[in-house]
Amino acid sequence: MSAQTVDQIFVLIKAWLMGHVPIAFQPIASAILSVAPVLVVFPLLFAITTVLERKGLGRMQNRYGPNRVGPYGFLQPMADGIKSLTKEDIIPRSADAVVHFLAPLLLVLASFLAYAVLPIGRNMVITDLNAGVLFFFAIGSMVELAVFMAGWSSRSKYSLLGAMRAVAQMISYEIPLVLSAIVVIMATGTLSTVAIVDKQAVYTHGVAHWFLFTPWGFVGFILFMIAATAESNRSPFDLPEGESEIIAGYYIEYSGFKFALFFLGEYLGMFATSGLAITLFLGGWSAPVSFLTWIPSYIWFFLKLLVFIFVFIWVRGTFPRLRMDQLMGLAWKFMLPMTLLNVFDVGIWHLMPHGILRWIVCTAVLILPAMLLSRTLNRKQKLQTRTYRYAD
Amino acid sequence: MTVTFLILAALTIIGASAAMGLRNLIHCVLALTLGFVGLAMLYLELGAQFVGFTQILVYVGAVAILSVFAIMMTRSAGPHAEPALSASWIIGLVVAGATFAVLAWAILSSGITAPATEAPDVSVKQIGDALMHSYAVPLEIMGLLLTAALIGAVIIAMPQEKTP
Amino acid sequence: MLGEGLLKGLAETARNFFGSYAGKDRLTTLQFPEERAPRIEASRNFPFLVYDGADPEAGLRCVSCFICEKECPPKCIFIEKSTDKKPDAVGKQQFYPARFNIDVSVCMSCQICVEVCPFDAIKMDVAFEEASTGRFSDLLWPKQRLAKSNDYYHEIHPTEAAGVDAELAAARAKAAAPKPAPAAAPAAAPAAPPASGGAAE
Repeated sequence: MSAQTVDQIFVLIKAWLMGHVPIAFQPIASAILSVAPVLVVFPLLFAITTVLERKGLGRMQNRYGPNRVGPYGFLQPMADGIKSLTKEDIIPRSADAVVHFLAPLLLVLASFLAYAVLPIGRNMVITDLNAGVLFFFAIGSMVELAVFMAGWSSRSKYSLLGAMRAVAQMISYEIPLVLSAIVVIMATGTLSTVAIVDKQAVYTHGVAHWFLFTPWGFVGFILFMIAATAESNRSPFDLPEGESEIIAGYYIEYSGFKFALFFLGEYLGMFATSGLAITLFLGGWSAPVSFLTWIPSYIWFFLKLLVFIFVFIWVRGTFPRLRMDQLMGLAWKFMLPMTLLNVFDVGIWHLMPHGILRWIVCTAVLILPAMLLSRTLNRKQKLQTRTYRYAD
Repeated sequence: MTVTFLILAALTIIGASAAMGLRNLIHCVLALTLGFVGLAMLYLELGAQFVGFTQILVYVGAVAILSVFAIMMTRSAGPHAEPALSASWIIGLVVAGATFAVLAWAILSSGITAPATEAPDVSVKQIGDALMHSYAVPLEIMGLLLTAALIGAVIIAMPQEKTP
Repeated sequence: MLGEGLLKGLAETARNFFGSYAGKDRLTTLQFPEERAPRIEASRNFPFLVYDGADPEAGLRCVSCFICEKECPPKCIFIEKSTDKKPDAVGKQQFYPARFNIDVSVCMSCQICVEVCPFDAIKMDVAFEEASTGRFSDLLWPKQRLAKSNDYYHEIHPTEAAGVDAELAAARAKAAAPKPAPAAAPAAAPAAPPASGGAAE
């Protein structure tokens, strides 16, 4: 079993299975064989993440997490799954039944579709689209529609308010998300995810050409991750979700399995944007240093994904929730200018000759305006007296 | 006329007709979104990946959301008191028929037949080059238009100072 | 530096996370029901009836005076007085409750029944694992379930029980003592006037 075979084991298994399928069914069988592992692995990862999150948050808060079901509580997702499957499915009488039913389906559908362009390993991508990154963002924008449908169909004032806030937040953060991914597209000149990873899987002096190791890539990565956290309504941007503890969120009228589907959709979205960040900035399935390339490519991808999951849990356990106006201010006043600056920076990087001067100039172009901008935004704001347009 | 094309065309037409015929306004917008998705899939079937995904990104992700927000902010989306068919439906039918006839004549009498060669593989780079070189002026004009729309929206939404 | 507070916060939670594995004293969780916190003496849950000695029927302190039933705010005590009498701890004949029911689904553990009982017959219990499957049938507790011995009372509330026993013993001693005093007073009174009459002559 050479390292090459282990690395390509799933590709070889699929090729062997396809040899047994009659010619007429080859396209459909190929599609099913490519898609089925994603449909199995990522919900499993979701189940593991729920228990990891509860135990991780518990340890950060000086307590145990769940530790009754199974060894150290790791069978807790099974108990949660049984609970959500056997709960009564309540639909409010005044709710719009069709839209109420379709909203979680659309959310989960959009979240699963996004995995079609992520290269999990060498030669292991479901479909190598020419406009892969664009496909990813297009699918991500369908999630907002699903959120709105969920909130509106419940016909409850509070869930509608929660849905409006969630959609406003997701729209606002979509622009920094896309703009911070644009820098990678500019640097590689292609929208195809496979080509982006291939460009990063080359090694000089033993270190990979990950875009994370460039100044614009580092800043782009940080901005992308902040926007990704906000896009999946994850703490500290979980005002639409956290409000459900207080009044209502957009999925408060859902019970039982549909509620679980919303969580599945949210976490799958989290994994998908992490996967895209890994593909764009962290070199996808490539190893960071050349003497570690014997570890299979899919293991690298999932290792990086696990690191991301841990960082998400860590951030959730550390920061308090952002208020709506602070959230919006962050998106429009800080992140949008920073992403535009980043785009400018990658242009400079591309046009300057190789060498240490390029590094210094690009880093300075990013750091100095960032400090100026943050200083300006952190000044004490003089609050004006509130005037209400309609309430008089 | 492949089966795929028939299915997608049926989907688009059903979405568009439902958008006109349904009572509930939000249902109409969602049906229109279905029509947009059908159009995007038609683009993809023709091999235009960039246009297809941009259709989803812009129409489903932005225009549909904009429509539902507009409906939410301005009126209640309950069922209307007026009937679904307007009083002057005969004139509407005549106008629609005339438009259809003009479009059909234009399409059928054009010189475009089934392509003899493969569709050109237009990459995003070529689209970008075209936008920056040949179509730079329309791009700038559209940028100005969008900026004007943005400023207009901000002015409408801004809280006004109370004049003494 | 921009983001300094964020990094300090992240460092703090990371320290908590790794520290919880390194030293067990960070985690103060008690694994209930295997480990339990030590019970405070003054805790209370639902009432119980005290009986002295070994026989719940004969030693029951309650004389069905109905004070607790009248004072109970949610009216969850239901007493039926007996028709005959039985001797109490000092031998006096007293009524006793033929039926004494408490509806614990209504009881709010306010302890008013304990405060007003003149006979120290009803006290607060501490047992809390009393869940049952019958919503109404299992939650109306009869006298047999409520009667618990004085030794049990000493177990759950030692200082309180010792105080009650001391008071009861003192009251009983006082009740047994003052018989000689009224017999001595009439003997002293006829002796006083003849002495004063003889002195006046």
